[in-house]
Amino acid sequence: MQLNVRWHSRAGQGAVTGAKALAEVMSQQGKYVQAYSVYGAEKRGAPMTAYDKIDDEPIFDHSKWFTADYVLVIDPSLVFNPEIVDGTHEDTKFIVTTHLSKDDLLAMPQAAHLKDKKLYVLDAIKISQETIGRAIPNTPTLAAFVKISEVVSSDSFLKSMEAILSKFPQKIIDGNMAAMKRAMEEVN
Amino acid sequence: MAEKYELKTKEVWDGNTAAAHALRQAQVDVVAAYPITPSTPIVQNYAQFLADGYVDGEFVMVESEHSAMSACVGASAAGGRVATATSSQGYALMVEVLYQASGMRCPIVMTVVNRALASPLNIHGDHGDLYLGRDAGWIHLIANNPQEAYDMTLCAFKIAEDEDVRLPVSTNQDGFLVSHTAQIVEPLDDDTAYKFIGDYKQRNPMLDFNNPVTYGAQTEEEWHFEHKARQHKALMDSPAVIERVFKEFKDLTGREYKLVESYNMDDAEVAVVAMGSNYETAKIAADKAREMGIKAGVVCPRSFRPFPLKEVAEILKNVKAIGAMDRSAPMGTIGALHNEITGALNAFGYNSIVTGYIYGLGGRDTTVEDNLEVFKDLALNAEAGKRVTPLQKFIKLRGPELSFFKVGE
Repeated sequence: MQLNVRWHSRAGQGAVTGAKALAEVMSQQGKYVQAYSVYGAEKRGAPMTAYDKIDDEPIFDHSKWFTADYVLVIDPSLVFNPEIVDGTHEDTKFIVTTHLSKDDLLAMPQAAHLKDKKLYVLDAIKISQETIGRAIPNTPTLAAFVKISEVVSSDSFLKSMEAILSKFPQKIIDGNMAAMKRAMEEVN
Repeated sequence: MAEKYELKTKEVWDGNTAAAHALRQAQVDVVAAYPITPSTPIVQNYAQFLADGYVDGEFVMVESEHSAMSACVGASAAGGRVATATSSQGYALMVEVLYQASGMRCPIVMTVVNRALASPLNIHGDHGDLYLGRDAGWIHLIANNPQEAYDMTLCAFKIAEDEDVRLPVSTNQDGFLVSHTAQIVEPLDDDTAYKFIGDYKQRNPMLDFNNPVTYGAQTEEEWHFEHKARQHKALMDSPAVIERVFKEFKDLTGREYKLVESYNMDDAEVAVVAMGSNYETAKIAADKAREMGIKAGVVCPRSFRPFPLKEVAEILKNVKAIGAMDRSAPMGTIGALHNEITGALNAFGYNSIVTGYIYGLGGRDTTVEDNLEVFKDLALNAEAGKRVTPLQKFIKLRGPELSFFKVGE
């Protein structure tokens, strides 16, 4: 069965990089993958979506939209956009970044669309600021997804990510590794 | 001496990255380019490879695509291996020089990322640019996924530079759907890739001062026709070389390419013909159609020019109803691919029912379900033994239904 993951972010927050990293991690597990994004000619900060398809079989479907099994929202303001529940099913899991607790978030009228959804929260912005030094919420959210979905063991995931990040300076690698480990502990 | 690039046996690359690595491995002497979305990353990656020492050749920055292709023609005539990349408006600006390149028999390789033509301005994928270059005298190869974007680019050099061809070759991949979609690509290592392509063989290089030659001469009514006919003959004869190169590529990699690709065509009663990423999407629809009892298959010409007339006719001859899918605004006819297919069938005495579908303009999403609807239409025609659906339909067009040549009209 194909696993479909949809990312909601703002251009510049790293959703495309995150989606490609997930594809790379899963390809190393012997899976077939597609990672792509949907955007127009928008500038930095505009809402956009990125997508991962993961399958045991080669993927021939080149159409853009799908029903998401997981929705990752890496920008805190987009959590309040009702469009994040479009194209989902009963069992779709939502992993969203917010500084609020799950209960406080759900108590807000602007988050009504998330009621009765399978919801997980983490503060990927704060985590990335405190570990990487910048608000780059893609890697911590990806780690939270791995923790919740168990598509790959945490150890293999972290090992793959260390290799993927190896082109960066050591400080960035260390920051990202710390961010991901913390996200795995904090997502709830 | 260029550094070797360390590649994994399985990379996760989008089509642009795949094409850029193929250009790098070909060790091109001159790349002259003016970047344009969605092919920008090909040029950008290539320039990075050059800056990082992985390429020995020259990268020429120019002020427009017209200049880019002009510089390519100059470098090719001088005697070097030459490549570039473009899309859409850039392609349109190059058109004048595309004809010059082929007329001067310059074996340039151009990695095209297909994108709609303005106006209205649109950055997404359709085949408007490919169709614009249709009669420019180039070989146009089609790649349906990132692996093929890589493979076709390697093959393109070998085909273009062959002694019996010496024509420019474009490789085409769908904007975003292939160019920006990361999938698994199995690259060759640098030495193997280069060895497959081989060293560049000069023919009549302008830099050979002992044997001065003229490129781009003027010929009026006494010789122009003969030159163009000879160029046409080179294109018409090129399938033999294309097939030979594909055979060598298969022996090397195990990946098999044909002039006409097909899926489930052995017993097919209905077939969709498509170029680009929708060929693969339609395969899934064909599987679903078969579950519904419709004997469906899919066909893709790997080479749009030269058009494999005979092979297309041969593979479609027993099919009752055919849907020709054109990803370009037909502007006053049924569709370029539709017309090629009906022409091929008619030329060889076959009489299937062919209908035209316009789809995916400006990146309009085309799904498995959209293709399945086409198969259902085709099944109606096949069952009736005559055309009962309109000759031309539009997939997922907004507004009131549009079609032309309804039955009975």
